[in-house]
Order: sequence, then C-alpha cells, then structure tokens
Amino acid sequence: MKIEHFRTPLMLLGLAALGFAAAWPPTTAWAAEQTQTLIRDFMFAPLTVKAGTTVTWVNADDEPHTVVSDTGLFRSSGLDTNEKFSFTFDKPGTYHIHCSIHPRMIATVVVE
Amino acid sequence: MSDDKLLQSRRDALKCMAYGGAGTLFVLAGGVFTPVNLATAGEYGKDGTKPGKPLFVQISDTHIGFNKEANPDVDGSLTQTIALVNRMAEQPALIIHTGDITHLSKPAEFDHAQQLLSGLRTTELHTVPGEHDTTDPTVTEYFSRFGKASNNKGYYSFDHAGVHFIALINVLEFKAGGLGTLGPDQLAWVADDLKRRSSSTPIVVFAHMPLWTIYEPWGWGTGDADQLMSQLRRFGSVTVLNGHIHQIVQKVEGNMTFHTARSTSYPQPAPGDGSGPGPLKVAADLLPKMLGITSVSVQLHPRALTLADTALA
Repeated sequence: MKIEHFRTPLMLLGLAALGFAAAWPPTTAWAAEQTQTLIRDFMFAPLTVKAGTTVTWVNADDEPHTVVSDTGLFRSSGLDTNEKFSFTFDKPGTYHIHCSIHPRMIATVVVE
Repeated sequence: MSDDKLLQSRRDALKCMAYGGAGTLFVLAGGVFTPVNLATAGEYGKDGTKPGKPLFVQISDTHIGFNKEANPDVDGSLTQTIALVNRMAEQPALIIHTGDITHLSKPAEFDHAQQLLSGLRTTELHTVPGEHDTTDPTVTEYFSRFGKASNNKGYYSFDHAGVHFIALINVLEFKAGGLGTLGPDQLAWVADDLKRRSSSTPIVVFAHMPLWTIYEPWGWGTGDADQLMSQLRRFGSVTVLNGHIHQIVQKVEGNMTFHTARSTSYPQPAPGDGSGPGPLKVAADLLPKMLGITSVSVQLHPRALTLADTALA
C-alpha cells in the first residue's frame, strides 16, 4: 500500500519564500511531520512515524471505515469515500488500531 | 432421527440453497425447510393445512445515505420495497428491520430513513442496529430514535401470535480482529428471558450480524453465539434471522433455521470473493433481482413458520 508524505501548502510557501524550493523533495527532518495514508481494499497500512507526527487516514474504498484505537485513545466517525481522519501521535510507542465496521482490519502505528 | 432421514433433510437443506432466488417459498415444518415454488404455492395445503398468515416482513440493510455506483438511488430501492410490502394482499402484523438502517449513522440519514419507513402500511416496526448505525462518536443517534424498546440496551423481547421474538445487538463491543459480540450481560438476559417460555413456543431471534459463522475472515459471524444457541436448543422451532451480508444464506440445524436476508440497498460479494465485503457493482437490470425482503408467515395448526424471499424484480 502506498504511503504518501506531504507538506502543507503553507509550509511549501514558506520553503519557497526562504529560497529552499530547490531542496524539494524534502528530507524527513521536519519536526511537525504529517503523514497521509490510504485505507484501501479493506486494509490499513502499517506505519512507522516520528513522535509529533500527525497521521491522516483517507478512505479510498467505496465502503465506509473507521479508525479506532484499541485502547480508546481516539475514534473516528464513519469515513465515507475520500473522507479523512487525523490524529497527532505525541508520545513514542506502539499503537494498535482497527476499523469498528470491519474489526478484521487491524494495523499498528509505531511512533519513534 | 435416523441417518437416512438426516441425510435426506441435509439434501433438502442443500436443495434450498440452490433455490435462493426470488419467488421461492420456504415452508418450515419441524425445523426442516421444504422449498415450494411460488407459482404452485396456492396448492400447498391440499392435505388440509392452510398456508400461513403473514406474520412479519424482514427489511434489512437499507443503508440510507449510500450514494455510490453500486446503487446511486437507495431511497428509490427502499420506496420500491415499501410499495412491495404495501401491496401484499394481507398485511403483515409487524415489520422487522435487521439493521444498517443508515450508511454512516448521520442524524439526517436516520431522519430520512424514518420518514421513508413511515410509508409502510404496517406501522409496528421493530429494529436492531447494524455497525453502520453505531459509527457516530457517541453512539447515540440510533438509540435516541430506536432505543426506547430496549431501554437503550439494544436487546429486548416481545410476543405476537404465540411467537416469542428476541431482538439482539451484536455490533457493539467489537474487538479488534474479532467477530460480532453479544457479551455476557446480554447472554444472561436471554437466559432469564427464555426461562419462562415453554419449549413448544416458536422463537424468532433477530440481530444484524449473522449468529453463526458464515465467513470468519470478513467477520461474518458472532464470536459468542454458541452460548446463545445452547440456550435455544430445547425449543421446538427456532428461526434465527440476520442481515449484514446482503445476500441469502441459510442453514438448518435440528429445529433451528438460520437465514440471512437480502439488502434493499446494494449486493455484496459471495464470501471470500474479492478484497472485502464492499458494495458489489452489478448491471442495472440485475440490481433489483439482488435486492429484496424476507417475509415470514405463521401457521398454528400444525404450528409452523414459513419463510419467503422476494426480490424487487
């Protein structure tokens, strides 16, 4: 499954203004990192991210999914096609997630 | 039951599987289905018995709010379904909705579903939620509308025409990687509820997710259903009705008949076909043949329940 790393447009603008545009594609050395990941074919992608990363899940299926932490740390609403849910992982650790509509869908987010 | 008879009843049950399409009437007598073609169903009863009185109609998986390619008009499909029920010569005493009333548990979806369902001539509606009805963060949208019958627990029972109905909820307490769950509280409540019933009382149990394991990799089953079945086994006639899988699957085990209804919204793939149980896209002319309802009639002398599946086209 494809995992896309991206910067917000605002950050891109900042980069350009500072004349760092030539540095694209950027390295992963940003503190406030964002990661977007697709939920596709009834699967979450396993993720490894740095502490402080905001992970955004995007549902790419025709069927709704939810992103629910096994420990109850977070719980999305039902995400229709192309709808998103974000959570910022501040603390290092291993986080287990599942979809409450399809509980066979499980994955792990490792925060370093 | 002798081995020969057992084999015969298994054969009959398997034959039923092949009869899954529209227009087949399933006569349930002594826990064994006998398929009767609807075209000749009028002749049923030459031995002095009469076809049963319509007891209830099961509507399932209306998924109001769904708008994808598999069926861009789920409102229209439900409206057609309601018209089909309203056209029945004799109206059923009650309607059972086995969940996934809405697609995304949104207030507007629930409101719209209720508005559409109010078009039914039969006004007595009993519901259980599906997992699509409980995805709102606080899990309150379903219960604020349909929670009264169960005091917001999701499970309740009632009696009609000598039949005891038990409504169960198996879409909460989902554990990661698991099947549906009834939970110890609900199982204890069922035990208490059944204690007072004689074994000759026909029992109808309904819940959203199948109460037997149809396909574990897709979560099509209920993990602790065995504890429910052991309580039901002493009864002479048990009918277990579910939705969730948007297609007809049935099995007969002793006096217990298990049946899942079609959806009124969109079909789903056969177990294991594809990456998961998502909406199945089919040709437009095929769609109404894959949507529909289950109707159940009761015949009291001799006591028997009859199941019939009817497609929209």
